[in-house]
Amino acid sequence: MSTLIPLYIIVPLGTAFITVFFAKWLPGLGKYLINLALLFLTGLTIYLVIHEPQTMIYRVGGFTDVANIPIAIFLMIDGLTKILLLIISLVGLFVAFYSIKYTKQYTCEGNFYTLFGLMLAGMYGVVIAGDIFNLYVFLEIASISSYALVAFGIEKQQLEATFKYQILGGVSSLIILTGIGFLYWATGTLNMPDIATQLPKHDTFNIFVSVLLISGFGLKAAMFPFHSWLPDAHSSAPSPISAMLSGVLIKAIGIYVIIRLFFNVFSLSYEIAMTITVLGTLSMIIGVLLAVGQWDFKRLLAYHSISQMGYVFLGIGIGMLILSTGGDGKIAALSILGGLFHLMNHSIFKALLFLNAGSVEYRTGTRNLRKMGGLASRMPITSATSFIASMSISGIPPFNGFFSKIIIIIAAIQARYYLLSFFAVIVSIITLASFSKVLKYAFAGKTHEKHNEIKEVPVSMSISMTALALLCLLMSLLIIPSIREVFLTPAINVLLETSQYSVSAIGI
Amino acid sequence: MILFFLCFILFMVGLYGIIMQRNLIKIIIGLAIMEYSVLFFLILIGYIDSATAPIISESFEEALFVDPLPQAMVLTAIVIGLATKALMLSVAIRLYKEYGTFDIRKMNTLKG
Repeated sequence: MSTLIPLYIIVPLGTAFITVFFAKWLPGLGKYLINLALLFLTGLTIYLVIHEPQTMIYRVGGFTDVANIPIAIFLMIDGLTKILLLIISLVGLFVAFYSIKYTKQYTCEGNFYTLFGLMLAGMYGVVIAGDIFNLYVFLEIASISSYALVAFGIEKQQLEATFKYQILGGVSSLIILTGIGFLYWATGTLNMPDIATQLPKHDTFNIFVSVLLISGFGLKAAMFPFHSWLPDAHSSAPSPISAMLSGVLIKAIGIYVIIRLFFNVFSLSYEIAMTITVLGTLSMIIGVLLAVGQWDFKRLLAYHSISQMGYVFLGIGIGMLILSTGGDGKIAALSILGGLFHLMNHSIFKALLFLNAGSVEYRTGTRNLRKMGGLASRMPITSATSFIASMSISGIPPFNGFFSKIIIIIAAIQARYYLLSFFAVIVSIITLASFSKVLKYAFAGKTHEKHNEIKEVPVSMSISMTALALLCLLMSLLIIPSIREVFLTPAINVLLETSQYSVSAIGI
Repeated sequence: MILFFLCFILFMVGLYGIIMQRNLIKIIIGLAIMEYSVLFFLILIGYIDSATAPIISESFEEALFVDPLPQAMVLTAIVIGLATKALMLSVAIRLYKEYGTFDIRKMNTLKG
């Protein structure tokens, strides 16, 4: 089965290439091709999740290990990778389907889908790479195509946002490259399972490299002190791209790599765990406080992304703290479950919210909440789906956001971090207040005179939104033990048995 | 050791350019300088004094080679840097067309 792994990179890259090659003769080809590609990859991922529980390794070029020293480039799929593959494919599929109509307003539709395919290839590459330099290359593919996609409409605002995003993204990439250089210097290898076994136990060296890598990938994930680019970039981009950036990109190239590196490659340390927890809590609080005062629909959503990512870091960080101090493994498992579950849930409801904002902008031409109002009677599907997504992000049962947040809060209480659980509850309440404002100003009340003529968005766009809204409900089922064992438990086990990563890959 | 120190100074020069300069093009040059310092660092990792290039020859067995892997990494990083800077410069040109200036203080449509 492991020969199927390269398909995750070949299919999106091939789609991008064919799209740009035939753009002149068949301009509409790209949009259908990318939907087919994503449908195939979604099916493949679900098949792998259900039928292939163990770690799969593909050695590029077929070079076998010599005396337990890995020579080939590794592509690996384990439990943690699978949930990331699942959300990239699912969110990507619905966003691509939504884009079919949405991109009609742009002149070069083909280029949009080329860049979209490249971004997908980069994200898939980051999550399946088992080699840290390849991870860096794929990260740059994903980043560069996202810079271009943010500026796709080439308006003033978008150009300015993309320039800021590019400068900060470029600096973070260089910091990451420096960190990789130091890792290679100390270990003489680039293979991540091999680095884990070769890494010296010098604490100062490890902490120095950890700081470089946390600041680099934290910038990509928009962790608290590095968050300033996110609201500009995510609110200025075309709406389907905002949904991809907020829903998947910051998780695949930011949070996933931080989790992978600090659980599986570096040995667990209390200092790093504390840093992740504290920065996560700060981004949770500051993100939501900045979001409350926003009147731009998409900017508000972007600030909430920072805040919700804080929850993920909080869950993962508490798990790491418990593991590094040798506490109760069950509480650590619960906390990590909360973090990973919230990561999956956030990608679904935040993508849906950005698609809703896109639909509103598509029909009314504005992102200012004050200029909307009474859209519920005019756009029933958009209004209903955004109600579901808002309830989900603010943690109202029975939607998925409730379960993941409550798990994180329970885990924090069990681990005796009462202050952190208190902050998590308060932030959830402020989130609810903020989304009540959105629902009140955008959808409730009297219809604005200007908007008497508008209709619901085209069918393909409503289908995507409805499907994502249904997923918001269905994802709650992941909490049922028998389903959880298939999807989430393998991922948690990867993080709990930290040395298993290198054992399964190179047998040491 | 002095080479590593010079590398670090070059990195700081680049960072200074990014933080302190107001001109878009100078900011991009700052980023480029920063990138070159990181590339120099990677080359220095694999460098061994008085060693030769890793090519198979008659005296293959006893020769001392520099590490070729960082050099391969640097080649890849240069190509990535090319793509980044090409995109960045084209965005800067578009911004110039919109605003009529390269001054970053005049570009303030995004706030809060």
